[in-house]
Amino acid sequence: MRKIVTSVIAGIGLALACGTSVRAQDKELTIFWAEWDPANYLQELVNDYTAETGVKVTVQTTPWPDFQTKAFTEFNAHGDAYDMVVGDSQWLGAGSTQGHYVDLTDFFNQHKLTDVMAPATIKYYAEYPGGSGKYWAIPLEGDAIGWSYRKDWFEDPKEKEAFKAKYGYDLDIPKTYAQLRDIAEFFHRPDQKRYGVAIYTDNSYDAMAMGVESAIFSYGGDLGDYATYKVDGITNSKEAIAGLDMYKELYKFTPPGWGKTFFVEDNQAITGGLAAMSMNFFAFFPPLVNKATNPYADVTGFFANPAGPDGKRFAALGGQGISVVSYSKNKDEAMKFLEWFIKDETQKKWAELGGYTCSQAVLKSEAFQNATPYNKAFYDTMFMVKDFWATPEYAEVLDQLNQNIYPFVVGGKGTAQEALDKTASDWKATFTKYNRYK
Amino acid sequence: MASVALTHLDPASRAAARGWSDLTIRNMFIIPTLVFLIVFNIFPLIYSLGYSFTNFAANRSEPWQFVGLQNYRELLTDDHIWSNFVITAKYVIVSVAGQMIVGFGLALLLNRSFPMKGLITTLLLLPMMMSAAVVGLFWQLLYSPSWGPINYVFGLGDFAWLSNPDSALYAVAITDIWMWSPFVMLLSLAGLSAVPQHLYEAAAIDRASWWYTFTRITLPLVSPILLIALIFRTMEAFKTFDIAYTMTTQPTAELIAIRLYKQAFQQWDTGKSCALAYIVLIMVLAITNLYVKYLNKVKER
Repeated sequence: MRKIVTSVIAGIGLALACGTSVRAQDKELTIFWAEWDPANYLQELVNDYTAETGVKVTVQTTPWPDFQTKAFTEFNAHGDAYDMVVGDSQWLGAGSTQGHYVDLTDFFNQHKLTDVMAPATIKYYAEYPGGSGKYWAIPLEGDAIGWSYRKDWFEDPKEKEAFKAKYGYDLDIPKTYAQLRDIAEFFHRPDQKRYGVAIYTDNSYDAMAMGVESAIFSYGGDLGDYATYKVDGITNSKEAIAGLDMYKELYKFTPPGWGKTFFVEDNQAITGGLAAMSMNFFAFFPPLVNKATNPYADVTGFFANPAGPDGKRFAALGGQGISVVSYSKNKDEAMKFLEWFIKDETQKKWAELGGYTCSQAVLKSEAFQNATPYNKAFYDTMFMVKDFWATPEYAEVLDQLNQNIYPFVVGGKGTAQEALDKTASDWKATFTKYNRYK
Repeated sequence: MASVALTHLDPASRAAARGWSDLTIRNMFIIPTLVFLIVFNIFPLIYSLGYSFTNFAANRSEPWQFVGLQNYRELLTDDHIWSNFVITAKYVIVSVAGQMIVGFGLALLLNRSFPMKGLITTLLLLPMMMSAAVVGLFWQLLYSPSWGPINYVFGLGDFAWLSNPDSALYAVAITDIWMWSPFVMLLSLAGLSAVPQHLYEAAAIDRASWWYTFTRITLPLVSPILLIALIFRTMEAFKTFDIAYTMTTQPTAELIAIRLYKQAFQQWDTGKSCALAYIVLIMVLAITNLYVKYLNKVKER
């Protein structure tokens, strides 16, 4: 009998011990992001965290077109499916004011992240409202619009000679939008199935808006005053109109049917040998230097967004910060993860894996800038970025911009002035509706 | 012993022997159906009707307010929405007319004996078995000016069907015609096979022309079923979303269903999107009622 009792007690003890051990390993965090290479790099990175702490971290992804809808559907349901989300910069307003994101201001100040991360990434990925000193995300993936180009076409002596004869200056990486336009025109040869340039035109989310912004900002224009919501005379300023006109001009030199294109098609323009130059976010450039995915990898070069007529040079910001979802049941665990993520060695590893760290120290390092053919251009770009409205009603505002600029750029309807006048009027009505004017 | 005896009875008698009346059995089937209908159809319908009179936004935590008819007023005075309705009307007319002509034409061709008729009929039915989103992506490739076969076959060069504001809507409508003509064909075939053969024989004896036979015998007898096909396809075309959404982002092809989706799930303007859904519902009901009235007249003839 004693043996039986001892065995039962031992069994219960063993079961409890196993149970405790299982519970320790059960700690799990889920990060939600869009389906692209950086998400794979992040999964690789967080495996180190799991090895160090035993906490399993899963990077759950969804295709880009569903990303916003899926994330906000979960937020609106106050669901705890995701502990953290790597949300778009323009989500900050909605995420913070609608209570979806945890306030990370104390965390930010405690770790002096304003000194650690690149200024533009703090301004656009973390802080809302602008200049308030309230932070809702840790800059995770820096990104911006850049350009790839066919070095072999540009360096061909015959092409150089013909270009000089036609335009009166040397064929080289464009320093201005006007030069970019000339080069696009020069290489646009539909009869040879060669085209001048590939730009974003998909208006179902923010693709086309980001492409147009890059031109507007470089032409000295702005989308509005983000502090006062003033749009009249800013959104439709002569500089903004000139920038939009230039974007429309570039559309003339795109491959045929280039009316619903985003990152996939713009990379295909290079990998398929279609275009001389192609716009894309830097995060989409890795396949272009990989011989397995780009037969022209050896002859593909990269450059930062060129300047406008007055030498001003900006680019539309992409990229995301990581936020803790306020409905998560693992908020404390998520904060511990963020502490690990901001460490210098983690940021260094993140950059080595292919992620675009926002850490100033890593960005400035020689090792980072020489790691890929496009990292230098990325570094240059991250100090000249501007972003779209991050106001909570950004989706409505984005849709209005798309509705107005798309018919002009792709459909050839109306003028740039009309498109931006209408945008300014639509935005003013929207901001009035949401009581943004005090 | 009793259970052994029961197995020799038919199901109704067995149920009766167990004490289940017809009413009990009927209720066993009807009550779950009713509950399902109320929970998943009627309740959301009434709930969303309530939302359409509020400024409720699913992504905001602040409480909603009753705004009366404001959402309806704003929608009905919004130029963008009216433009979406005009685009949708154009799409419905082109797409449904195309499907009726192609579908009925195919049915007339198939309503005779020829080798491999069964196989050909089955192949013709394949498009409507496919997912609409897949069909959209597939036709996007067919229309591609760079490598799509359509421009090559018709010698259209670099014509960009889906980027061109004037052709995008028609390109989507052609795809819808390709996908859903087989449905009209199937219904028409059923109607054609029900036409009594002796009428054709009598017409042949009278040496009636093909056109006379078609307009006096075939068309009148098949028209009720054609009207049913017309009702189904009009309702479906009015709410087309997936094909158009996957094929183009041209504002000239932005159907009302796409506008509704954007309003509800991109802008999270829940109250207003509910109101828009009700406006669409009322329009579809009105059009369907007109058809049904006409259908009843045709049946009375």
